[in-house]
Amino acid sequence: MFRDALLVAGKDLRIEVRSKVVLNQIGPFSLVVLLLFAFALDPDRGFLQEATPGLFWIAVLLSALVVVQRSYALESVDAGRDALRLSGLDPAGVFLGKAGASFVVLMALEVGLIIGVRLMYGASLRGWPLLLVTTLTATVGLVAAGTIYGALAAGLRVRETLLPLLFLPVVAPVMIGGTRAFGAALDGSSAEGWRWCGLLGTFAVAYVALGMLLFESLLEDS
Amino acid sequence: MDSVITLRGAVSVLGRFPALAGVDLDVDRSEVLLVSGPNGAGKSTLLRLCAGLANLAQGEATILGFPLPRRRREVRRRVGYLGHANGLYPELTVAENVRFWSRSVGAPTGDVAAALDRVEVASRLHDLAVAHLSAGQRRRAALACLVVRRPEIWLLDEPHTGLDAAARDLLDALVREAVAGGATALVASHEHERSSSLATREVQLVGGVVTWSRKPNSDERPNEHPDERPNTHPVDTGQADGAPIAVGGGAPHVP
Repeated sequence: MFRDALLVAGKDLRIEVRSKVVLNQIGPFSLVVLLLFAFALDPDRGFLQEATPGLFWIAVLLSALVVVQRSYALESVDAGRDALRLSGLDPAGVFLGKAGASFVVLMALEVGLIIGVRLMYGASLRGWPLLLVTTLTATVGLVAAGTIYGALAAGLRVRETLLPLLFLPVVAPVMIGGTRAFGAALDGSSAEGWRWCGLLGTFAVAYVALGMLLFESLLEDS
Repeated sequence: MDSVITLRGAVSVLGRFPALAGVDLDVDRSEVLLVSGPNGAGKSTLLRLCAGLANLAQGEATILGFPLPRRRREVRRRVGYLGHANGLYPELTVAENVRFWSRSVGAPTGDVAAALDRVEVASRLHDLAVAHLSAGQRRRAALACLVVRRPEIWLLDEPHTGLDAAARDLLDALVREAVAGGATALVASHEHERSSSLATREVQLVGGVVTWSRKPNSDERPNEHPDERPNTHPVDTGQADGAPIAVGGGAPHVP
């Protein structure tokens, strides 16, 4: 299973490196989202700083949506989805591989976004261990849920519009938990932050387990 | 005879349309079965069913002893399917695409170059992204992906489409070599003359059911001697890592 996961993740990441879609399109998109918030709220820089955790996670959520859509777009060319099924790879391995590649891409985007909120919003970043654990656990949850719902929507003609509808409500707990933990880290109130981190960890574990169990039927029946 | 494909009343539904409406079919090891029929007869669906890709709404399907759909993963690891699309990732190079398929069945790394050589993909193209290849070159790359897996059953849907004369001859040679090595092939084709020279038996599908079965180019009336089939035997052609690749099913990579 892990061998299959590495094979799929390696393939997806290699394609991303070659196509430069993340670098040239998704990365700038994420930063534009931050920039638009800055334009909308700029008159009050204090409010921008206050709202940094929420704005950061909204930008992450929108970026995650694009990353998941991109992950399945790779399989929509030249009957790639059939090829993936024909490969005979372990479906749980395929799930972990696709989610793993999306995790790497989203983490890279989050690094850019963290730099973005520091420069554009003037956010002072403190509590690094909590920030790091929050982003790691929240990202695992986001990509796991995204990979499940991406597979569900991928076989349908209305996938582009259906995926946001399925994905965004489901990951609301990640946005709430991420925002609270992030805010707690910036405020220096770590104890409350770690509690929210626990919620994020539970969400991540649940969705990874769900994906490993359900991915075969999602790949076959959707 | 050693039947590798057994279908009994197989029904496969696309949406609400029965693309296969109760197919009974037995295919023996080392047969090359030409599946003919008009457009929409169910040829592609039959091949996809045998690959574990199309749904089995009713009836029974056993491929290489594995019942579908329950054991479809085992089936998929043992069959090679070349459909209308090539199943290649355009951003990856030819060699990377073949390597992906090779690793999916745990084939030795040396097999990648051997497979590319076998389908005569020029070495200057190995490291070129598939997106930059012509349609014929992509088809050859897809064939290399098939060859590297050493499938026990070759499922070829209009395999000659988009190939030049040399590549068509190469494809036919690959199929003959695979069959000599113990593999079985199902070829769905509208190019009757070309494919019937390759086939040992022909079945016609119309409206999702097999209407007749006979030896190709024979004068016998269809269905007159349905059980009279060529008697071929598998040959073990085990290959060493990096050696010229055998395309037969004699030494599959899967355990």
